Amino acid sequence: MLDFPRWRVWMLNTLIIFGVLFAIPSLLPAQMRDQLAQFVPTPTINLGLDLAGGSHILLEADTSQLAETRLEALEDGVRTAMRRADPQIAIADVSRADGQLSFTVSDVSKVDAAREALIPLTSNATGSRDWNIGVNDGNRLIVTPEGTGNEAALDQAMDTAKDVIDRRINALGTLEPTIIRQGDNRIVVQVPGLDDPAALKALIGKTAKLEFKLVDEMADPDQTAQGKARVGSQVLPYPDNPSGLPYIAVRRLGGISGDKLEKADPTFDSQTNQPAVTIQFDSEGGQKFARMTQQNVNKLFAIILDGQVISAPQIREPIFGGVSQISGSFTTESANALSISLRSGALPVDLKIVEERSVGPDLGADSIRRGVLAAVIGTTAILVLMFLVYGRLGMYANFALVINIAMILGVMALVNATLTLPGIAGFVLTIGAAVDANVLINERIREELKRGRRIVQAIEVGYKEASRAIFDANSTNVIAAVLLFFFGSGPIRGFAVVLMIGIVTSVFTAVTITRMWVSRWVKRTRPHELTI
Amino acid sequence: MKLLKLVPDDTNIDFLKWRTWAFGISLLLMVASVGLVATKGLNFGVDFIGGQMIRATFTESTSAPVTELRETVAKLGYGDPTIQRFGAENQVSIRMKLPDGADKNPELANTMATKITETLKAGHPDVRIDGVDSVSGKVSEELFSTGMRALLAAMAGVSIYIWFRFEWQFGVGAIWSLLHDVTLTFGLFALTGWEFDLNIIAALLTIIGYSLNDTVVVYDRIRENLMKFRKMEMASLLNLSVNETLSRTVMTSVSISLPLIILVLFGPDVIFGFSAAMAFGIVVGTYSSIYQAAPILIWLKVGSHSFVPTDDAGSKAERIDDNFGAKP
Repeated sequence: MLDFPRWRVWMLNTLIIFGVLFAIPSLLPAQMRDQLAQFVPTPTINLGLDLAGGSHILLEADTSQLAETRLEALEDGVRTAMRRADPQIAIADVSRADGQLSFTVSDVSKVDAAREALIPLTSNATGSRDWNIGVNDGNRLIVTPEGTGNEAALDQAMDTAKDVIDRRINALGTLEPTIIRQGDNRIVVQVPGLDDPAALKALIGKTAKLEFKLVDEMADPDQTAQGKARVGSQVLPYPDNPSGLPYIAVRRLGGISGDKLEKADPTFDSQTNQPAVTIQFDSEGGQKFARMTQQNVNKLFAIILDGQVISAPQIREPIFGGVSQISGSFTTESANALSISLRSGALPVDLKIVEERSVGPDLGADSIRRGVLAAVIGTTAILVLMFLVYGRLGMYANFALVINIAMILGVMALVNATLTLPGIAGFVLTIGAAVDANVLINERIREELKRGRRIVQAIEVGYKEASRAIFDANSTNVIAAVLLFFFGSGPIRGFAVVLMIGIVTSVFTAVTITRMWVSRWVKRTRPHELTI
Repeated sequence: MKLLKLVPDDTNIDFLKWRTWAFGISLLLMVASVGLVATKGLNFGVDFIGGQMIRATFTESTSAPVTELRETVAKLGYGDPTIQRFGAENQVSIRMKLPDGADKNPELANTMATKITETLKAGHPDVRIDGVDSVSGKVSEELFSTGMRALLAAMAGVSIYIWFRFEWQFGVGAIWSLLHDVTLTFGLFALTGWEFDLNIIAALLTIIGYSLNDTVVVYDRIRENLMKFRKMEMASLLNLSVNETLSRTVMTSVSISLPLIILVLFGPDVIFGFSAAMAFGIVVGTYSSIYQAAPILIWLKVGSHSFVPTDDAGSKAERIDDNFGAKP
């Protein structure tokens, strides 16, 4: 038991040196660390936002809205497919109720043809089926989403949304955001060092879905005021309507969306000198835009942003270059924000802020300073006490404890873990466990000496008998840490990670390393007396 | 060199003599804690009930104008704020319910935060906004349920482990003493009105970890003595085990309490509740290992028949050398 072959001594010493080396960068002042980073890699522990200050924003996608958008797109596709079928298939009574699309084929003999025409629409680009087609009452076709279709669409939308948010935040300048997806429909945005996230929130909360639709000029203003639209039209809010009515009716179909933009820049309207945004379509969008304006000269078209009409100018002449100007009641800032949002693309789904936390840098710095101070005083007190109570063996335990602390920091830096306030609790618990392991061992050695054993035997039995309780106690902590990691949310996981790392290093340093030192001391000096 | 002894050699205190009393008092305290939580309730932070919390420091003043703040913030028309000092005299947290409809339109919560901070800055140029937390009702419900689930899963998981490593009675004893520690800590928070947030869940988990560590050490010694002294009466055997591990118990609790007491006294104000909970838990956890986890074994009829080495006992308990005392 006390026999340590040379190779083991070397292996253990190497482990210690590596563990401690990796801790060094995290303990250096930032300036020195940057200088050092030019020569060697410097893995560093990240400080959580609760310690370092910054903003944490949790966004949640509205899944029902995404399903609705998909259904709308399907309806659009179905209408086009039926119109283009040869011969044309007349459909009626189209409904999007209950998350499914249903319509009646007017001519019963054409049901099969209609079904045939639908098939290309029901599978996605990868060939898997997104929609199921059913027939009811002989001539009513029902298209229901395949279970996985909505999930896959959500997954894709969330990936896109993450990229869009990334582009928008990058447009703000030198922030270093962390953007990660969480669960099925959430995105976490963390921006260290940003304590007033108002601008950020304004930017990432906007869907920036731009649409151009024809105004329903035949609509009855009284009906529109009540929110009622003719078949094929819809009523949208229009706060800046010159007519004074804050609503306007637009044609539902036949518009184009503004997601195919090449550029969007803030500018000033040449006539009114008001802030505005110019947009430049890409070639495909430009062609569509040209066609729409060509076919509808002299009509009014509505520019719609996130379901709200910004302005509804008249098409005076066809616009071929794909360049258009959006004017409305903008300020310079809002025109700038809108162009950033448009440039980075629309969010494929509406995101709501469901949680927001920001910590000022002063508070975080204060927490760290006083936390570190308390930790240093507390650890020193433990070291002194251990020495006073266990003498030489206490000293060994103390060296092991210091190495343990360094190794926890080193491993955390190596795996790029984040230290949060609950993480500090985990730290306290593992240091406690490490101290306890040495207390158990030393108390047992004391007991065995009292029973009249010789020193070497007492040490041997002490380590062996104490190991059982140490093993059980640490196993329970491992079990707790694993369960916490799987069941807990953010901060609790931070606790679990530190706990897992700490248990491994604690047992390693408090049991294995001290045993090596003690056994080498015993071998070297063959002591006749051990004060403990 | 003369070494320090926290517990004199050959200490033999009849701890188990007071087991009925201790158990009764503990039960009473547990009932009182549950009652307090039920009637007075916990002072949940925004993590668990949703809402908005703004933390501010009045850098030039010695104390924060709490009464005045309460009036000015209430005048904004978002309802009455909950204003508390936290940490230093000049630091406050202002808690508000989220305005109606904020679940649909986060802009409303935003506007409220802006209005409150602007009001603060207008009245007090020296104010420093230290943080804004805004948690929607849905997220706070989730945080609460995942937190509680994690707590229960950890307690159940470790008790099952104890059951496998020892005997079922030990598993029951472990989960009972964990329940005891957690309940009393909840009671402490209900009594003092300290804010109960996610960090406190982390503190509770630390308490569970520590208390269990303590229980395992006592149980390990009980197991060892049960196999060594087959004829000893159970109460004496428990007393012997507790006394034998007493100097370790004292040394470890003192060592762990030291940094915690220092954290409570000098640590960051933000984690006062957190450190205080842990310090409290260490005391309660140490007590419960001796007065809850151990005596339960008597009532659950653990005795010399436990840990009898049968053919399959190797999987449950490690055998130890019965005769080692006889060696020179």
